[in-house]
Amino acid sequence: MRRFLTSPFLLVGAVAVVVAILPMILPSNFYMRVAALVYINAIAVLGLNLLMGFAGQVSLGHAGFFGIGAYAMALGPVYLGLPSWASLLGGTAVSALLAFLVGRPILRLNGYYLAIATLGMGMLVAMVISNEANITGGPNGMEVQRMVLFGWRVAGSVTWYWISGISLVIAALVVVNLINSPTGRALRSIHDSEIAARVLGIDVARYKLLAFVISAIFASIAGSYLALLDGFVTPTTAGFLLSIELVVMAVLGGLGSILGSIVGAAILVILPQALTVFHEYEHVVLGAIIVVFLILLPSGIVPAIAALIRRRPA
Amino acid sequence: MTVGAIYALVALGFTLIYNSSDVANFAQGEFVMLGGMVTFFGYAAGLPLFVAAVLAIVVAAVVGLLLYRLAIEPARRASPVTLIIITIGASIFIRGVTAIVLDKNFHSLPSFFGNEPFVIGGATLLPQSLVVMFGVSLVLIALWLFMSRTLRGKSLLATAANRTAAQLTGINTRAVTSTAFVISAAIGAIGGVLATPITLTYYDAGTLLALKGFAAAVLGGMGNPLGAVVGGLVLGLLEQFSAGYLSSQYKDAVAFIVILLVLFTMPQGLFGAKSVERV
Repeated sequence: MRRFLTSPFLLVGAVAVVVAILPMILPSNFYMRVAALVYINAIAVLGLNLLMGFAGQVSLGHAGFFGIGAYAMALGPVYLGLPSWASLLGGTAVSALLAFLVGRPILRLNGYYLAIATLGMGMLVAMVISNEANITGGPNGMEVQRMVLFGWRVAGSVTWYWISGISLVIAALVVVNLINSPTGRALRSIHDSEIAARVLGIDVARYKLLAFVISAIFASIAGSYLALLDGFVTPTTAGFLLSIELVVMAVLGGLGSILGSIVGAAILVILPQALTVFHEYEHVVLGAIIVVFLILLPSGIVPAIAALIRRRPA
Repeated sequence: MTVGAIYALVALGFTLIYNSSDVANFAQGEFVMLGGMVTFFGYAAGLPLFVAAVLAIVVAAVVGLLLYRLAIEPARRASPVTLIIITIGASIFIRGVTAIVLDKNFHSLPSFFGNEPFVIGGATLLPQSLVVMFGVSLVLIALWLFMSRTLRGKSLLATAANRTAAQLTGINTRAVTSTAFVISAAIGAIGGVLATPITLTYYDAGTLLALKGFAAAVLGGMGNPLGAVVGGLVLGLLEQFSAGYLSSQYKDAVAFIVILLVLFTMPQGLFGAKSVERV
């Protein structure tokens, strides 16, 4: 029983229950759309958290993969005549391939050097997207064809709520499975000490690359979903600010925490929506909240709360 | 070269804070923005240009001090990534306050010595570019004198070298780190004042500058002041050359490709010391 309670699979189950119940509480389609945005961001953050929280490798360039996924949905149908589902897979494959090729040389770097290298990679993707205006529409963005599956037109907030919600549960399941496998233990040992991990015979470069590629795939799929939900893509989906936002979500929610990824995404997606009542004070409040939260809870929201609960005598 | 000089100042401020407190300060660009914005509004309010500039530098320095005392120091024991996110939160905050207190428009300042370009051996040069170069050199010399000739400067170096050891010899490391934040904020603001007649400024200008400054600092080797200056100049030159000879749209791309190539061959940057990880 006790093992069942501490099981991370229970956590995934709880997330699934929340996803299933939430539509009964949410009053309108607008809220369903916001919830779908939370799930989509959470998928990308989960991947990033695998890389940052478990393998301990910083990336400031994940919006690059996000952008590739999003633009695949716009470009695939128009230029290659691919159906949307094939474009999604194609975009994911391109992201994974890019991560695989760039990953090996980049992941040799440490700390700030890695941060700047990933940032450069993300900026390059964003620059290609916004500069090749005759293909991508440049800063004006591009229309995205709605996905059609077996004659069913996949559109609307409610539809995407379910697709993104179910995908998030699957993504969480994948991550939980992974971190409780020998691979996950290898990743955590790299986080704690790369040299010690190498001494133990762990192929450090290979596992780092694995985490990098998986996180790129997650970000790419999230990007594709966002493009399909919005029906439109702009270069901001690949922009530096999105990379930063994803990192903020991961850190604010808690590095190395699956629930933290979702909580972080929820806060950063919902907060700006809620803060529109403050009009021009929006940025001031957002900045202050990030600073205050991290000063009070430096390990992130979810791990801090978990520690509080654990400290209380049962 | 002008742009490079500004990058060099941002990178230098970055390095100062990094050395004294191990924080990669992503709010560094906001100091540059404040320097330009406050000077413009002071000047528009009727202050002489010089007074407005000094006022702007003081404002930025105070913001720098507040940043350390209110946001960085309370989170002293947080991990480096958390500290970076805190400085990003702070930069969003500073930007928001600037947009409210000042405004969201683009502003420029008059050139300090007119707009008539010089012609030296066929190359044209704006007087303001000379002012920037001269100003940056002055800042570098002043900083060098401060570091090598004053007690406070030396204690800053000592804190950078080894915080605990500095504390043991009786150095008030908290005051020293405050000094580092104030100085690098002032350096950033000076950069903003000097560059605004050429580059314009607005409330959102800091992000990209912080990024370029960070890139320059890393290119030169994190924590090395000389590396920061060289990194900034190299980055500026790269951008200008690729804008001139290749394509202005891809000038940032060329800069980042060069940074990537440098890091692949020299993982510690151009002047970085090889560090050994203790297990």
